[in-house]
Amino acid sequence: MGLIHAEEMTLNIGPQHPSTHGVLRLKVKTDGEIISEITPVIGYLHRCFEKHCENLSYEQVIPFTDRCDYIAAMNNSFGYVLAVEKLMEIQVPERVEYIRVIMAEYNRIASHLLALGTFGLDVGAYTPFLYMFRDRERILDLFELTCGARLLYNYMWIGGVSHDLPVGFMEASYRFLDEFEKNITEYHNILSYNKIFIERSADVGTMPKEVAIDYGVTGPNLRGSGVKWDLRKDEPYSIYDKFIFNVPVGKGLMGSVGDCWDRYWVRAEEMKESVNIIRQALDKMPRKGDVHEALPKKVRPLKGSIYYRTESPRGDLGYYIISDGSSTPLRVKMRSPAFTALSALSEIATGWMLSDVLVILGSLDIVLGEIDR
Amino acid sequence: MTIDNLIIWFQSWLPFNINIIALFIAAVLITALVIFAIMAVNALVAVYAERKISAFMQDRIGPMGQGPGLHAGKWGLLQTVADTIKLILKEDIIPKAADKKLFIIAPFIIFLGAFIALAAMPFGPYLIASDMNIGIFYILAVSSFGVIGIILAAWSSDNKWSLYGGMRSAAQIISYEIPAALSLIAVLLLTGTLSMQGIIESQAGTVWGFLPNWNIFNNPFSLLAFFIYFVAGVAETNRTPFDIPEAESELVAGFHTEYSGMRWAFFFLSEYGNMLVVSGITVVAFLGGWQSPVQGAMEGAWWGLFWFLTKMTAVIFVMIWFRWTFPRLRVDQLMTVAWKILLPIAFFNLFGVAIWTLIVG
Repeated sequence: MGLIHAEEMTLNIGPQHPSTHGVLRLKVKTDGEIISEITPVIGYLHRCFEKHCENLSYEQVIPFTDRCDYIAAMNNSFGYVLAVEKLMEIQVPERVEYIRVIMAEYNRIASHLLALGTFGLDVGAYTPFLYMFRDRERILDLFELTCGARLLYNYMWIGGVSHDLPVGFMEASYRFLDEFEKNITEYHNILSYNKIFIERSADVGTMPKEVAIDYGVTGPNLRGSGVKWDLRKDEPYSIYDKFIFNVPVGKGLMGSVGDCWDRYWVRAEEMKESVNIIRQALDKMPRKGDVHEALPKKVRPLKGSIYYRTESPRGDLGYYIISDGSSTPLRVKMRSPAFTALSALSEIATGWMLSDVLVILGSLDIVLGEIDR
Repeated sequence: MTIDNLIIWFQSWLPFNINIIALFIAAVLITALVIFAIMAVNALVAVYAERKISAFMQDRIGPMGQGPGLHAGKWGLLQTVADTIKLILKEDIIPKAADKKLFIIAPFIIFLGAFIALAAMPFGPYLIASDMNIGIFYILAVSSFGVIGIILAAWSSDNKWSLYGGMRSAAQIISYEIPAALSLIAVLLLTGTLSMQGIIESQAGTVWGFLPNWNIFNNPFSLLAFFIYFVAGVAETNRTPFDIPEAESELVAGFHTEYSGMRWAFFFLSEYGNMLVVSGITVVAFLGGWQSPVQGAMEGAWWGLFWFLTKMTAVIFVMIWFRWTFPRLRVDQLMTVAWKILLPIAFFNLFGVAIWTLIVG
């Protein structure tokens, strides 16, 4: 009798799979339950965003940016309109700035709620997911109240926003924020400090600081690894320098710094900070003002180029725009934070078990619409 | 009503003499039909209950609109009936690469495990298909039959996800049977019999004057045995937090990925049948079976059935509660729980019960 013959099995996780968060395909080599090699295959959702932009006017690009990261559409178009405004040197009214920040932070909460909920699903907890969706619904209700859309808003315009805040928005906002803060405690009770959840996520898929920086990982994933880097604080855009808020970083409370639990926890804490920012913005916002005041008659920037980056819920979202002086951009390049996060997957998830790989993937919070573009 | 009673009853009114073997077969068939009906009704009710309970736990409303109710079927009472009809009408797909014979037979083998285990389940003082003197041993033996079906289903599907699910399931069910059996042996030391009715009858009376003399209250060790058995039992039913064989977010659907329609429904039926078996054993071994919680009150055949079903429902409710609260364990953590935590405690516990029986009586 010789040795038992064993060989590695190639397994395709996706593109049709319950927890690849979109149409991602992971080609993995498995040795029993252990994963020895991971190759992400992307492109199933490629929609030629950048090529489209070269044939559209500057305003027409905004709905396309919405559709890139459809979970945080506000933040995506926010980055784009800021870049174009910078290129055209438009100064928007103060009220518009506040409204944009409120919307962007609301969308950040909604995006993080989805990230945490689906992360719970990956670990096998079904109920927290629905609790988080309950609250996400209420944010979407607020968006619907404002601009009529619940997922893809086309709300941020170059030089303004599409609609002013509707009557009753402030009251509904305050009511929501009060209740939402209590609900965060509820999430912690049912999920964050659950023993099984900690066993599954703490010390799993640790991303050391150096790896995160080498791969260009940004956003909550980078902060989960203990790097205090947030563009809202370190390179303030819009009016973020007017607010007081903390930047939570992973401390390795349950395991080592940069594990899945830390990434989860950073997102949960960021929701609290976003609530904080929205409260301050609602209090300080000028009560009167025309949101269409600074809309340019025609959008035709001078010849030149710009790279402008903002902090989307997934990290540094950059737009590189080249203008040739016409009403169509010559080139638009988007720097996607989810793409860099996914590229680090094979580095941090190799050698873990099949179940862990999907948990690690969930903790990176990728959106395929933004990766494939 | 045992099978023997049924045969005697037949003989009492049949005007002519029939071969005793034919009578036996008739009696067995009738009992089998009744047990199948119990399983089917249990699945109907339990699925509906699971949906509604999970909905209430999750701030949803659950199934609505099917069947009678306050207005236009507010409670969705016939939801599972509608689901069953849907499953019957669904296309039955057998993958081309599947091993056809094994693929077809697998769901029935899984079903069989839960089905024949119920034959020794005492639903009331007289409601038991067959009160054999090795009742609990028999149930433990046949209910582990199901894992063969799971492996067959996994292997014959020719699907990598199924294979993963099957391998995990085999490891899991076999591991958890050991602590489960050890904790039941602790009970057997107290009761001194393997017969299901015998175990229940030995739990009559009171302890400390007011608590019913159920094994769970009998002594600290048997209380511990209850918890060990319950955890291991939930693990044997493949439900969250131990649902790694079908782990939706990892293995798509595990061993039944390739099944559809009525074949798939049989997996479902046997999952709920297994819940029935595990909760039944829990009730019999630890919660006094059909004994009334108040000594000397509300006793009798029908009250017995009532108490048994009530206790069973309570145990099943806890299982549903588990499922919608906990995340899922990882494979190796699951094995750690079985071999490094439950098993040593179960051994210690067995020793404790033995000493207790020796000293206290």
